[in-house]
Amino acid sequence: MPIDIYLNVAVGGILAGLVYGLMALGLSVIFGVVRVVNFAHGEMMAIAMYASLLAFSLFKIDPLLMILPCAVLLFGLGYCLQGVLINRFITRPEHSQFLLMVAIAIIITNIQLIAFGPDARSVQTPYAYDSYQFGRLIVDADKLYGAIAALVVAAMLFAFFRFTRLGTAIRACADNYTGAQVVGLDVKRLYALTFGLGCACVGAAGAILMLSADVTPQFGPVATLQAFIIVITGGMGSMVGALLGGVLIGLTAAMAGLLFTPSIKAMFVYGILVLVLLFRPQGIIGKKTS
Amino acid sequence: MMGRLTDGLPRRALVLLALLLALAVVAPFCVGDYWLTVLILILYFAYTGQAWNIMMGFAGQLSLGHALFVGLGAYTTATLFAYYGIPPWIGLIAAVAVTVACGAIIGFLAFRFRVAGVYFAILTIAFAEFARTGFDNWSFANGAAGLFLPVAQYTHNDLWQLRGHPAMFYYVLLAATVLVFVASRLILKSRLGFYCLAIREDEQAARASGVNTFRYKMYAVMISAGMTSFAGMFYAFFYNNLFPEQVFNISRSIEIILAPLVGGVGTLGGPIFGAFVLEGLAEGLHNLLDTFGIDIPGIKQVVFGAVLLLVVIALPEGLWPWIARRLGLAERR
Amino acid sequence: MKKKYQSKAAVTRRSFSAGLGAASVVAGTAPFNIVRAQGAALKVGVLLPRSGYQAGIGQDCQRGVDIAGGLLKELGYPALQIVNADTETNVDVARSRAEKLIADGAQLLVGAFDSGQTSAIAQVSEQKGIPLVINIAAAPPITEQGYKFVFRNFPTGPMILRDAFLNQKAIFELTGSAPKTAVMMHVNDTYGMAIKGGVGAMFPKFDMPYKIAEQISYDPAARDLSVEVAKAKATGAEVLIAVSRLNDAILTTRELVKQRWSPMAILSIGPGWYEDQYLKTLGKLSDGPISLVPWYDPNKPLSGKLGAALAKAHPDVGLSTNHVYTFEALLIAADAYKRAGSADPKALAEAIRTTNITNNVSPGPGIMFDAKGQNDKLLCSAIQNRGGKLVTVAPKTAANAKVEWPLKPYDKRA
Repeated sequence: MPIDIYLNVAVGGILAGLVYGLMALGLSVIFGVVRVVNFAHGEMMAIAMYASLLAFSLFKIDPLLMILPCAVLLFGLGYCLQGVLINRFITRPEHSQFLLMVAIAIIITNIQLIAFGPDARSVQTPYAYDSYQFGRLIVDADKLYGAIAALVVAAMLFAFFRFTRLGTAIRACADNYTGAQVVGLDVKRLYALTFGLGCACVGAAGAILMLSADVTPQFGPVATLQAFIIVITGGMGSMVGALLGGVLIGLTAAMAGLLFTPSIKAMFVYGILVLVLLFRPQGIIGKKTS
Repeated sequence: MMGRLTDGLPRRALVLLALLLALAVVAPFCVGDYWLTVLILILYFAYTGQAWNIMMGFAGQLSLGHALFVGLGAYTTATLFAYYGIPPWIGLIAAVAVTVACGAIIGFLAFRFRVAGVYFAILTIAFAEFARTGFDNWSFANGAAGLFLPVAQYTHNDLWQLRGHPAMFYYVLLAATVLVFVASRLILKSRLGFYCLAIREDEQAARASGVNTFRYKMYAVMISAGMTSFAGMFYAFFYNNLFPEQVFNISRSIEIILAPLVGGVGTLGGPIFGAFVLEGLAEGLHNLLDTFGIDIPGIKQVVFGAVLLLVVIALPEGLWPWIARRLGLAERR
Repeated sequence: MKKKYQSKAAVTRRSFSAGLGAASVVAGTAPFNIVRAQGAALKVGVLLPRSGYQAGIGQDCQRGVDIAGGLLKELGYPALQIVNADTETNVDVARSRAEKLIADGAQLLVGAFDSGQTSAIAQVSEQKGIPLVINIAAAPPITEQGYKFVFRNFPTGPMILRDAFLNQKAIFELTGSAPKTAVMMHVNDTYGMAIKGGVGAMFPKFDMPYKIAEQISYDPAARDLSVEVAKAKATGAEVLIAVSRLNDAILTTRELVKQRWSPMAILSIGPGWYEDQYLKTLGKLSDGPISLVPWYDPNKPLSGKLGAALAKAHPDVGLSTNHVYTFEALLIAADAYKRAGSADPKALAEAIRTTNITNNVSPGPGIMFDAKGQNDKLLCSAIQNRGGKLVTVAPKTAANAKVEWPLKPYDKRA
């Protein structure tokens, strides 16, 4: 096979991986700080995708412009969810948290089924079929825009955590729960804020993903699983790790599909997951946690 | 042994158990085939839930990929029967061997490399998904096109080959469920159970006290896996067709753990009570919606999810411990 | 032991039919569920996956159910009392719903699209002696089990393939051009794998002019087919043979456009490429692909009537396989009821066995069943997307248009 196919596929995998990395970023932030495993992560992304779909079909608003509104919408949702429900589950065992999020996921998925019907819905932007050519490399326009948007959002989040007081406070909570309380931080509010931010990431990712993918009510579980794989590979609690994990998984899946049969690329991804879990559970970037 | 079995249970609980057992035995003669099917489903989820519970409730390891063991058990017994004519009960021996080996591998990898908590759960998901895609592409087992068992008559019950009327399946499952509960109770009261509980409560303390945590966690995983393979055999011979997409699916794994989660993890009564409540809720919702002529696909699941939500918020320990305390059925410690 | 259970079932049914009268009054107020009529209506239970993973297809089949009532009445058939059940794309639910329907007095079942769930329902059906008319399910084993109460008016995988090859040859003859190489892309689910296996087995027997260079499979949940299409393009094949579902058909087409590959033809054996969502989503880019599928015969008068009824109820939905075969399943039920003169399931089964409906919708001589309960006279068609609509180009008996060959290149479409 000519070399440019490998190149195109690899680049495509990396670009797509960045968007999934953004989604995983939200999960990583939530787990890293609040220590709750959000098993309804994919369903929340589906909410953002449907919101973006509605905006496009009703008002012809481009999904890229929906990034901010979706992020805000999901932020609000996440903030409320944390405050009302999830707060009391922080100290509960994992299986309780799991059951909570599974119940939420079932409700969201089926409300979407009732509201939007079972068929796959997609958005057809005017530039959907455009591509840029760099020498022998052909890059899809929508994938490129999506990747750039994902990087921008991720950078903004990174800046927030690094350079703002609120961000520092949240990081303090993550590092030392008791210490943070001693210092006088309102931990509950910060947790809600973090959950909201994590969901906002997912909201942005959802809007971006509508550029190149379809949404069905069944989209949630698949996306959740993928987010977990990325976060674990890249490193739970690390933002760069999540993006890196996304790129790695996207690249692996694409190349495995090219080199072997596409249907066993899933096996490759799970194989990598198992290896990471065994030999480097903190992920590529993550720190070894006690 | 009976002493050890019943030691600590209040008399009320024993009477209730006996009553339930009697009812269960007579049930097929009193209820129609529809309710028989529902009872079979309840027992199926009670059985698998309890098998899963051994790993979770006793050794504290959250498995989200138990469909792997069901699927392995199903495919092992089904392929042996369909291709070599080996009766299911003999095939079960092979199935148990396969699942125990698989559980041992997962356990070894996980415990040796100290994979715990959420990470362990994800590891089990990875193995189940690996098996799903693997079987999808494995032409020996007919891949994604599905493995069909030759279906025979229903006129007489062939217990040896597991062909026959649903009532026969019901009794087989009932016997298995009773056995698994008795076995769990015995394990609980034995040294193995004692160590497992210690590990669940505080693994580091247990290890400090000299308990070989690795060995006992392995036992729990292997026993759980082996028990679950029976459920796979049952599934294969009851439905007579297997599709990797449906058998190994993560939604199946989640179904398995709902009953013990709702009923009460780590308790004996939890899985079966949970199975009754969940199946009863599902069927009840179906019939309620039918009566009111509400025909919106998906609405039953929304209500179901809402009830799950309420239960998990209000009763963190599960339904069974709460009910048991109310009715004075709880064990005296 | 067997006698006891049989009488149990009879008692259950009898006692339930007393409550049936009451129930039907309540249920009669529900929309679309019941077709009320003067005499005793045949109670038909329809099982479809209306939620869960297959919800899209299940709900599409449901449309065929909803328009059946009026049309059957117009044709002079006795009334059917239709009770809908959702299998939730889950084999446990499928089985228990089937049991419930029978316990509530259903005298005939229709369903259930998915081969696994249909097989589970078939076992219940056979055991209870209630006829099951399968609307759609392609796995051959279902009618190979020696069932006496299970009937399938839908082609099996091998039948679909046989007609696919024959229709392709007919098209090659009409256009005078035949490709030399083909590449196959197939989804890795039950249907896709069955077709792939079938192609492997049957291809040598049909002496096709082309060779299949490679068979590329992919995950049904794939959100991105760039790798697969890249691989397919790299084979240099002239024709793309696709076995997909709706989502992958759209994804594949998008990739074909992006990667700038317009094959001589796209031959699809399966759903996706002709569906409304495909036509709507892709607009001008949807023209050209030829689907070799079970379809309706546009030259039969009943097809026109069915299409009109559907257009009235759902203006933006085009008549397709799901509606046609689901409608025909109910047609079979009504016809058997008329000829049997009674709602006794045994009599119905016997009547179905001797079905001979020539005024139907699907292509072929009509609806009739062989000893195994399979309608082996069904023919599949070759349809082509044209201007947002579908025309039949083969076989000649069911054709209503001339084939457009080769495929108009994607970059030449405005």
